[in-house]
Order: sequence, then structure tokens, then C-alpha cells
Amino acid sequence: MTMIFGIPVQAFMGQLLVGLINGSFYAMLSLGLAIIFGMLRIINFAHGAQYMLGAFVGYLLLTHFGIGYWPALILAPLIVGITGMIIERLALSRLYDLDHLYGLLFTFGLALVIEGVFRYYYGVSGQAYTPPPALTGAVNLGFMFLPVYRGWAVIASLVVCLGTWLLIEKTKLGSYLRAATENPTLVQAFGVNVPLLLTLTYGIGAALAGLAGIMAAPVYQVSPLMGSNLIIIVFAVVVVGGMGSILGAIVTGYLLGLAEGLTKVFYPEASNIVIFVIMAIVLLVRPAGLFGKDA
Amino acid sequence: MRLPLHRTAHQGIGFVPEERGIFATLSVEENLLLPPVVSKEGGMGLEEIFDLFPNLKERRNSSGTKLSGGEQQMLAIARMLRTGVRLLLLDEPTEGLAPVIVQRIGEVLRELKKRGMTVLLVEQNFHFARRIADRFYLMENGRVTASFPVSELDRRREALHETLGV
Repeated sequence: MTMIFGIPVQAFMGQLLVGLINGSFYAMLSLGLAIIFGMLRIINFAHGAQYMLGAFVGYLLLTHFGIGYWPALILAPLIVGITGMIIERLALSRLYDLDHLYGLLFTFGLALVIEGVFRYYYGVSGQAYTPPPALTGAVNLGFMFLPVYRGWAVIASLVVCLGTWLLIEKTKLGSYLRAATENPTLVQAFGVNVPLLLTLTYGIGAALAGLAGIMAAPVYQVSPLMGSNLIIIVFAVVVVGGMGSILGAIVTGYLLGLAEGLTKVFYPEASNIVIFVIMAIVLLVRPAGLFGKDA
Repeated sequence: MRLPLHRTAHQGIGFVPEERGIFATLSVEENLLLPPVVSKEGGMGLEEIFDLFPNLKERRNSSGTKLSGGEQQMLAIARMLRTGVRLLLLDEPTEGLAPVIVQRIGEVLRELKKRGMTVLLVEQNFHFARRIADRFYLMENGRVTASFPVSELDRRREALHETLGV
């Protein structure tokens, strides 16, 4: 059997793939968080709940309406995004003039309520979500078997991240977003409806979380707690990448996923804390994060 | 009249803030294209603006804040011309700029006047303002204490020198 650093190639590649999968979800989630934080200056603690909501929308569409994975891939983010926009309009938009702490508290409370409701109805044990036939099975890459769905999830997340990045860096809407992040009042004085832009931004961020949720449903189990388990790691990713940095969130998401996977190979005992150790080191050396601008 | 801020621009009012408000994360061209066109006729085209401000054309792809102070001021004014606003609010455009740049801004403002744009200029630099303006308003402690056309400038010279200390 071929070995890498004394580890069988299959095990090594397997863990690397798990790391890449986790990294894909870290990247998509921290991307949404970074966009919301950049524009609204709100630390969206409801992000984990919105991710869970995406998975549950997919699950409920399938079990109650027989609507499968592919339509759910559109519907779940749409529903979570619209719910997010309603929440922004009704509640978050009233908090912008207050201390940032209120936005954090509100979204944290909201996350607890949403998770509580789903726990009440569905319990904490996970529900399985079967991927569509086209994405089941595995392909032999020669050195390992790659489950098709996992390969799809990694590629789809790359496409989503790249697409979102292009939307922000290369389009007119993106230039409004970037400018309003710097100086919202002036952008509004130019005749841009900034309040609407804020609603839209929160909707996009929430929809990204919902999309990650439905994509995660076949990989992890659909459970009311799936979001809160993940959200702390995702916050660490955002901090390492640099608060509000879009590119930082994406790159750091994949890197930390891989770092976690590699740690599972070489020192499994540390795999649960390696991300937080990296966060601590980055905060000591570069407090603004890897991609953050020094304040 | 109480309009949401994003509606004022659509009334044909453009604003150039004192700190110029050039966006660092946007290129010169993106800065220029940022404000939406607010009138049906539209404002100047990009080429026309680049004719008026040739150095902006050379630097269209560099980041907005890499420009010198004078270039940033030019960009802040140029940015408003594309939108077709009819009233331009200028907050101390000459502040901290070299005399040659101040002169250039004066030329631009005269050109805008010639094209029929109304400019409301708030300026501490009286020597600059008096060569451009048609009408003067003197403000003290936030209140307008005098208003007169340029023809009365000579007659009021003494009094002005006393109030402004120039």
C-alpha cells in the first residue's frame, strides 16, 4: 500500500476530502456573514439557524410535497432569503442607530427561538436526506473512491463563492455595495436607495446560509442543532479571514477546513480545536485577520 | 419638505462633500460611474468628462484614494456631472489644495456655469469665490447676514474685509 508520511494514501486523501467538504460549507457560511457584517455592521448570530432552516426547508419540501433536491436547491435559499429580508425590514433596520451589541443580541435571540421551535417539533435526532439518484454512488479516482455527492458539493460551493465574489467585485450592484460599506450616507445622497440595499444584502447573506443548508442536508443529517454546532467555527473563520473581507472569508473557509482534515490524519486529538488555535495565533500576530485591512 | 435622502438626487441636486468622499475600494472609473443618472436628458458622457479632466482618464483604473488631493477633488466634481443634476452643492472644494489646482477648479466651475448649471459654493477662500460667483451670501454663526450680487462687491469691499478678516 502506498504511504504518505507514514499514513496510507487512502486515509490521507479521505481526510483531506472531508476537510475540503467541511471547508466548502465554512466558506459559503462565512462569506454570507462577511457580506452582512460589511454592509450592516451586524454580527449575524442567526446565520447558523438560517443554515439549519435551509436544510429543513429542503427536508419538509421533500417529505410533505414530494419536491426533490433540484427544485429545493432554488426554493430553500429563496425562502430563507425572503424570510431574512422580512426580518431585516421589521426588526434589524430599527437597530442600526443603536450600539452593534443590540443587533448581535437580537440575532442571537432569534436563532434560539428558531432552533427552539424546530427542536420542539422534530427533536434533536437528525433526519436523513437522500440525495437525488444522479448524485449517489462513487467514482474511482484510482487512489481513492470519491462519493459523487461530496465532489458535487465541493464544486458547487466553489461556483457559488466565485459567483458571489464576482457579483460584488465586478458588477454595478457590487460597486453600490462596496461604496455603501465605506460611506452609506454619501451613496444615499447620490440617489441610491440604501435602505433597500441593506435589506437586499441581508437577504443575500441569509440565502447563502440557506443554500449551504440544503447542500449540507445529504452530507450531514438534518437536525435543529446542525447550525449551532457549526456557527462557532464559522465565526472563527470570519475572524481569521478578517471581519468583512469577502475574499478572506472564502479562502480562509477552505484553508481551515483542510487544516482540520490534516489534523485528523496526524493528530486526531487536536482536530476539534485546531481552528481555534489558529484563530488565537492569527489574532496575536495580525489582529485585523489574514485579509483584513489594518484599522 | 421632508424627503428620504436618496430622493433628493432625483430632484436634480448633486452633492460634493468637503472630505470629497472618494471610495477606496472602487477604481477611478467605478467612482465616476457610481452615482445613478437622475435626469431624463442625462448629464455629460464619460468622454466629455475625460476631456474636461484629462488626468482622470490616465488614472481610470487606479484605486480612488491613490489620487492626489487635487485629483480627488476633480473626481468628486466630475462624478456629479455624469448624473445630470442641475444644482451642484460644493462644500469647500479648494481646502488644502495647491494654488495651481485651485485655479483649475475655478476654470471648471466657470465652464459649468457656462453650461447652465447652478452651483452653490460654500467657501472660506473669498479670493477664490469672488472670481466665480454671481451672487454672495455671507454667513455668520449659521445665519445668513448679508446677500448681494457681484455688482455690489466693490461697494461692500470695506465691510467685507472687516467681517472676513481678509
